[in-house]
Amino acid sequence: MSALDNTLEVREGVDRETVETVQSMAGKYKHGWETEIEMEFAPKGLNEDIVRLISEKNREPEWMTEWRLGAFRRWLQMEEPDWAMLDIPAIDYQEQYYYARPKSMIEKPKSLDEVDPKLLATYKKLGIPLKEQMVLAGVEGAEEQQDRRVAVDAVFDSVSVGTTFQAELAKSGVIFCSISEAIREHPDLVKKYLGSVVPVSDNFFATLNSAVFTDGSFVYVPPGVRCPMELSTYFRINAENTGQFERTLIIADKGSYVSYLEGCTAPKRDTIQLHAAVVEIVVLEDAEVKYSTVQNWYPGDEDGKGGIYNFVTKRADCREDRAKVMWTQVETGSAITWKYPSCILRGDESSGEFYSIAITNNWQQADTGTKMIHLGKNTRSRIVSKGISAGHAQNTYRGLVSMHPKALSSRNYTQCDSLLIGDQCGAHTVPYIEVKNSSSRVEHEATTSKVDDDQLFYCRQRGMDEEEAVALVVNGFCREVLQALPMEFAMEAQALVAISLEGSVG
Amino acid sequence: MTAKAILGHRAARRAAKLEATAVRLEALQLPNSGQWLRRAREMALARLNHMGLPDRRDEYWKFTDPNTLLQPEVLPAKILDITDAAMDFVAFDRLKIVFVDGVFDADASDDLSSEGLEIVRLAEAGASDIHWAREFYGTLEAEGQKPVDRPLAALNTVLATDGVVIRVTGKVSRPVSLIYLRRETDAEMILHHLVRVEEGAELTLLENGPGAARLNTVTEAWVADSAALHHVRTQGRDHERRAATHFFAQLGAQSVFKSFTLTANGALSRNESIVWLNGNGGSAHVAGAAMGDGKFHHDDTVFVTHAAPDCESRQVFKKVLRNGAVGVFQGKILVRRAAQLTDGYQISQALLLDETSQFLAKPELEIYADDVKCSHGSTSGEIDADQLFYLRARGVPEEAAQGLLVLAFLAEAVEEIAHEDLAEEIRRKLDGWVSRHN
Repeated sequence: MSALDNTLEVREGVDRETVETVQSMAGKYKHGWETEIEMEFAPKGLNEDIVRLISEKNREPEWMTEWRLGAFRRWLQMEEPDWAMLDIPAIDYQEQYYYARPKSMIEKPKSLDEVDPKLLATYKKLGIPLKEQMVLAGVEGAEEQQDRRVAVDAVFDSVSVGTTFQAELAKSGVIFCSISEAIREHPDLVKKYLGSVVPVSDNFFATLNSAVFTDGSFVYVPPGVRCPMELSTYFRINAENTGQFERTLIIADKGSYVSYLEGCTAPKRDTIQLHAAVVEIVVLEDAEVKYSTVQNWYPGDEDGKGGIYNFVTKRADCREDRAKVMWTQVETGSAITWKYPSCILRGDESSGEFYSIAITNNWQQADTGTKMIHLGKNTRSRIVSKGISAGHAQNTYRGLVSMHPKALSSRNYTQCDSLLIGDQCGAHTVPYIEVKNSSSRVEHEATTSKVDDDQLFYCRQRGMDEEEAVALVVNGFCREVLQALPMEFAMEAQALVAISLEGSVG
Repeated sequence: MTAKAILGHRAARRAAKLEATAVRLEALQLPNSGQWLRRAREMALARLNHMGLPDRRDEYWKFTDPNTLLQPEVLPAKILDITDAAMDFVAFDRLKIVFVDGVFDADASDDLSSEGLEIVRLAEAGASDIHWAREFYGTLEAEGQKPVDRPLAALNTVLATDGVVIRVTGKVSRPVSLIYLRRETDAEMILHHLVRVEEGAELTLLENGPGAARLNTVTEAWVADSAALHHVRTQGRDHERRAATHFFAQLGAQSVFKSFTLTANGALSRNESIVWLNGNGGSAHVAGAAMGDGKFHHDDTVFVTHAAPDCESRQVFKKVLRNGAVGVFQGKILVRRAAQLTDGYQISQALLLDETSQFLAKPELEIYADDVKCSHGSTSGEIDADQLFYLRARGVPEEAAQGLLVLAFLAEAVEEIAHEDLAEEIRRKLDGWVSRHN
């Protein structure tokens, strides 16, 4: 914490509160404790037998096993990507466990009441009580949100320990379950969509995930249904030397709507742990998906020891007209973040949005951003990225905006801002812009001065200074999503948004 | 068995690339020259062997295919009856140095000894054993190979047949004007210039003319403390010529470097500018206006390194594209830890006049100092319908209105030229292009 100690001189334009909040985030990783629980492990290392074992443990049909083996064989031919601005120590893929589940989960409990109390206590401590109650404990201002309910799928190391509100969701036709359950219960949907957004051989980490994913969430929202509550998955890594490889598949059928939230934490350990996830979202005609993440994996200690290596492939396919997707991410954890939630805007008039706050401190490294692939006519995309870098951290925004020749009259607006706190860190911007038709308009700004001029003008006219006005405008649309986060760190995330804006003007 | 145990594709690709490079370089004939120049060429050759020749799969060549710039045969380029390219700056009092198809033309050039500045041809300096240039030739190019390989520049250091070596110690009254003419349809021009502007001195360097069917030029410039170098270049209008240029500039404290390039047509142009701000309070402006109609691929690649505090840099690049023309911008501002109080600005904009043109951009920031002001913007789109309507509503005919808006769009880049009369000359050329292409 040397870079951010109390004697740190606060620069003009950087609020002391900003510095202090970042400091408080960095020094105290709240979720670093460990649950002592008897675990069952697959043998260490990775080979075809392990892949088969994972498939067997999940009681998967033959086609799924073959799918995994195909991915594994492909993976053996691949190399880790090296283009990100990340200094990644060599990862020994044989030194990890690829499957770990609490012994009490060997026989899957029939209902939440039967789940091992230790597991329930773990989630309770994280602020995620696995009870179908009206209000989530620990959320400030919960009284005002009396009618807000959240269905939770809780993933502990390699297995889902339970999913709440399943019965009630089923009444409106929404399927919300673990992916392993979906493979068994809804094979047609899984077969049709799994790997259709992120192909098996998409990239090194996605391919690895395809071979060894153990659990994750599955969501299907039928045509015309507005999902009656927020859905969320909480990922917890607990076991040592265990990688977590989750797979999430969300399908929003025609005219439907769903908001999905994801949270993640892990105990403090001196050794690194791997996390390679794949999230696929299919959005059909007129449907809308909001996907929000508060990523708070253990970031390693002040000397950069330990922490999660977070390699995530997230992609949404707006497959039909007027489909809409919105990614919101608050990235505060992980020693290494390699993550580019992307939108394929295939349908005409489809739209994609990406709002990101990435905070790195100490020795954390983040290379994150988005891809907006405009294929359909009149497609819209918007990217707002805020990076805060402190300590010895490196924070990179990497993005692609691509306007294909047929994506006529499309529009993109990108804004990336970085804030450095201390002189040992780095903040970088690597945008790729490819425009292949003239009727589309693409704007990339790395200054905040061009945030919606009309709104700015409105605020300025009422006596706010520019920084206040910009903070208000940007916070306006971020807040809308962040407020919806039901996790106990929702407030934390909101604080992060606020601080990310201060001092970022000019 | 791990993934790493298998021979990586990347390693295999690199091995294949280096092998192909070695084969290709083996066949090269180094130009005749004196000892020090020969040594510098051999060192560059070693660099080149180490990095390999570029191909489309290299990140730095993602948007531009280097093949036609590298292949042994020069693709012939028709010589158009265009006199104006050679006529650029004709009204200016200047010291003319003329190369025809890359070969020095003494008759057409002015007397080099008359100017109160030290200026010789590279071929002459290279023949002498003790010329000052031997300490410098290829050194900035070598430094510019990090963090990104620039193999075409190293190739130039190996193969350059001539160039000019200039040392300026005071204020030079008239600009030095390098004029590149061409006579053959398949000639190649490989020139390498060294420019040293000593403390407090000032030089304006002009370059114009089509040059050759294919050209590869490197300029290495040292701008000492409180010195100034102004560079204005027009690249000729021969539609089929291919050009790779590198301008390396190292700046001292309180120095000024301004470079502007006008490109109208040409099948392929890759203009790289590599600038280091090494002294406090330096200022670097790199700008370009490019207009492409039809088979035109124009690539501006700029790398500005802020290594000292309190420096300012600007990159302003504008492109007007139509009929399938492709514009590329790769710009980077690197701010090192020591470079506090940096003011970095970068803008790249394309005006696409029809549906078939393309703009590909990668505007990058890499910042390691916390008290800096860096911004970049990049936009692409067609002519603003509202603006067009405004002019039409006031009775301006459609074509004229469009022309006006194109000129207004390009104006910001031209404003980076310090000398108003040179800026005026460039505006006249832009006017001409717009009226010809409406």
